[in-house]
Amino acid sequence: MKRILPAIAGIWVALTFAGTAFAVKPSEMLADPKLEARARVLSEELRCMVCQNQSIDDSDAELAGDLRVLLRERLLAGDTDEQVMDYIVSRYGEFVLLKPQFNLRNSLLWGTPVLILLGGAVFVFASARSRRRQPTEALSKDEQQALDAILRKDA
Amino acid sequence: MVEIGHFALILALALSFVQSLVPLYGAHKGDARLMAIGGPVAVTGFALILLSFVVLMIAYAVSDFSLANVWENSHSLKPMLYKITGVWGNHEGSMLLWVLILTFFGALVAAFGGNLPATLRANVLAVQGWIGTAFLLFILITSNPFARLSPAPIEGRDLNPILQDIGLAIHPPLLYLGYVGFSVCFSFAVAALIEGRIDAAWARWVRPWTLAAWVFLTGGIAMGSYWAYYELGWGGFWFWDPVENASFMPWLAGTALLHSAIVMEKRSALKIWTLLLAILTFSLSLLGTFLVRSGVLTSVHAFASDPSRGVFILCILTLFIGGSLALFALRASSLSAGGIFHPISREGALVLNNLFLTTATATVLIGTLYPLLVEGLFGEKISVGEPFFNLTFGPLMIPLLAVVPFGPLLAWKRGDLAAVAQRLMFAFGGALLVALVTGFFIDGASVFAALGAGLAAWLVLGALTDLALKSGIGNVAPRIALRRFIGLPRSVFGTALAHLGLGLTLAGIVGVVSFQSEAILVMKPGQVLQIGGHDLRFDGLRPVRGPNYTEDQGHFSLLGVAGQPIGELFSSKRFYPVRQMPTTEAGIRTMGFSQLYVSLGDETADGSVVVRVWWKPLVTLIWGGALVMMVGGFVSLLDRRLRVGAPTRRKTIEAKPVAVAQ
Repeated sequence: MKRILPAIAGIWVALTFAGTAFAVKPSEMLADPKLEARARVLSEELRCMVCQNQSIDDSDAELAGDLRVLLRERLLAGDTDEQVMDYIVSRYGEFVLLKPQFNLRNSLLWGTPVLILLGGAVFVFASARSRRRQPTEALSKDEQQALDAILRKDA
Repeated sequence: MVEIGHFALILALALSFVQSLVPLYGAHKGDARLMAIGGPVAVTGFALILLSFVVLMIAYAVSDFSLANVWENSHSLKPMLYKITGVWGNHEGSMLLWVLILTFFGALVAAFGGNLPATLRANVLAVQGWIGTAFLLFILITSNPFARLSPAPIEGRDLNPILQDIGLAIHPPLLYLGYVGFSVCFSFAVAALIEGRIDAAWARWVRPWTLAAWVFLTGGIAMGSYWAYYELGWGGFWFWDPVENASFMPWLAGTALLHSAIVMEKRSALKIWTLLLAILTFSLSLLGTFLVRSGVLTSVHAFASDPSRGVFILCILTLFIGGSLALFALRASSLSAGGIFHPISREGALVLNNLFLTTATATVLIGTLYPLLVEGLFGEKISVGEPFFNLTFGPLMIPLLAVVPFGPLLAWKRGDLAAVAQRLMFAFGGALLVALVTGFFIDGASVFAALGAGLAAWLVLGALTDLALKSGIGNVAPRIALRRFIGLPRSVFGTALAHLGLGLTLAGIVGVVSFQSEAILVMKPGQVLQIGGHDLRFDGLRPVRGPNYTEDQGHFSLLGVAGQPIGELFSSKRFYPVRQMPTTEAGIRTMGFSQLYVSLGDETADGSVVVRVWWKPLVTLIWGGALVMMVGGFVSLLDRRLRVGAPTRRKTIEAKPVAVAQ
């Protein structure tokens, strides 16, 4: 799912960095619509490094424009999507990726949702079981005697 | 004049100290007179902060630039509306609004908490007092809005132009009402821990506060989303920005709290968990305040370079979150566990809801904080953006939304899943139909789009099925069904509306994400663009002078079948000379639930201009759905059950005819 759900705390922080929002310019776009479509998909995963959490596809900053052009140059040169991303990361660092890599350092990031969901499920299951077991606990000696007495009286 | 406001603020701090300690001590000693002090002190504290807020507002209205805060954020030429909203369009003013709302809720507890047990009321007010004290100290020590300038400058520096919008009048107050509203739930939770007692009655007192805060937060977030959508000019409605996440986390946790509190109230189960959620929800609100206010988000280093404010909020954060969690750890085990239920039951469904919402909250939390963690631990910078959240948060929402219609139909304690599934056959058939029609008859529909549309229809139809079944439509005569429908508890309507709203929001998201079309091009005057089945003609640019800006206004005409203009659309680029800042004013035209969105770029010498045009199908449903959710929450708030005391009134009315008969 892309862009899910509605928004914002102190909107001003995000807004301050926005300025005139104008992202991809017609002059930058590639003539080949297939290649351009690939460029758009890739640029949504690249961060504008001088902006606050904005992709280069959305940003009007000069640096974002440079990156868009660079990306398209690599695509024209015949690079695969992976090669383009690797090239850009090698030049600008991992900071440029909006989707962090799957590596050991980021394992906590990618692992947390799974861990919490599984851990939570186990916890819910375990506590439900223990709760269901409670009522079936055996009666204490006194209680058993009292019960027996009552039953005898009825009989 | 200004000093009155300043003095009122200091006096409020002093009262806050009293509110923090005296009722608490009174509750501990069982001294009714000491406990009774809490109420009047809370109300007076609110009145004082209101006074100081009004004073600041007047200073803005009359452009008193001898106040540093007014000088930094206002300008004499600014329209009056933005002079007033500018009060909270900056750090100091927004913190004052935060405390104003906090004490407002405290005063409400004092005013309407007459039916609370005296010790609980005293303890709740004391905890509210602690929060108030901490934030008033923060304002007075690090962020005083009443600091003077001498000599006073002639003219102010104006408010950030992007904030000069009606959005600033609505979004922050709503958001803070939500954020801070959860403080009441927090105070109730901590008070319950102090007393070591928690029962179904507690949940009944907490639920209206949770509902109210949730309604406001939903509104605040939706309003912020729409504001960002039309103001930023690139047509997105949610960016997974850390600042957005800061408000989204309390919303997710608050939604979980809303649901677990139902279980606690109705079935006395999930007590300890509900308590923990109440603490966590407000902790996330505090965390949000810290993230937004400390500057830590831009970089750990930006935070370190001006640490006074950040460190102060960090201390407040540690004190309240750490303290309440420690208290929880100490006391929670002494609270008795609640009722028993089968996994397939309404309780079970609500536990599932909580599991997924909690996981979603944790996902957003780790995604928001991980870059800070990596920078702090490894000294490396990474980004966590939209693609991460789409991959993690998205899949978590799908199973959650898929089981929503089952929840309200399952019986308490032990439900019959097969029977419920049978009752939902109609809704399921409808959803399947929508998915198939979307998949096969709409151009460019992906599998995701078909499933999303089906899921949205499933939520909407499921909510309607709930109402239909509970009023017996199809089983009893229409007249009786109508009477039953009208007589349904308000909370049943609330649930159905909130779930229906969720479906609408999802429909809007699916519509935009899967079916929007976009055109980026250079348009000459007179040129016509075809988009989303509409013809849009660019008529030209004209300069316009506003009160404190100049703008180039692009004029567009929407053309009918015969080429005649049937509607107009204006999109502009503004320039605010005081701040030397350009902004875009997107041109938006709503047609049905969809919108045509035009954003202007640079113009060329020959009068043509770069434009970015979107056709956004069903986009308004995103916020419309949130509005329906809010209405649902509000209707639920009107439920007789929540207006404690109402049941006794009803009894007397019922007794009357008996008396007549005698």
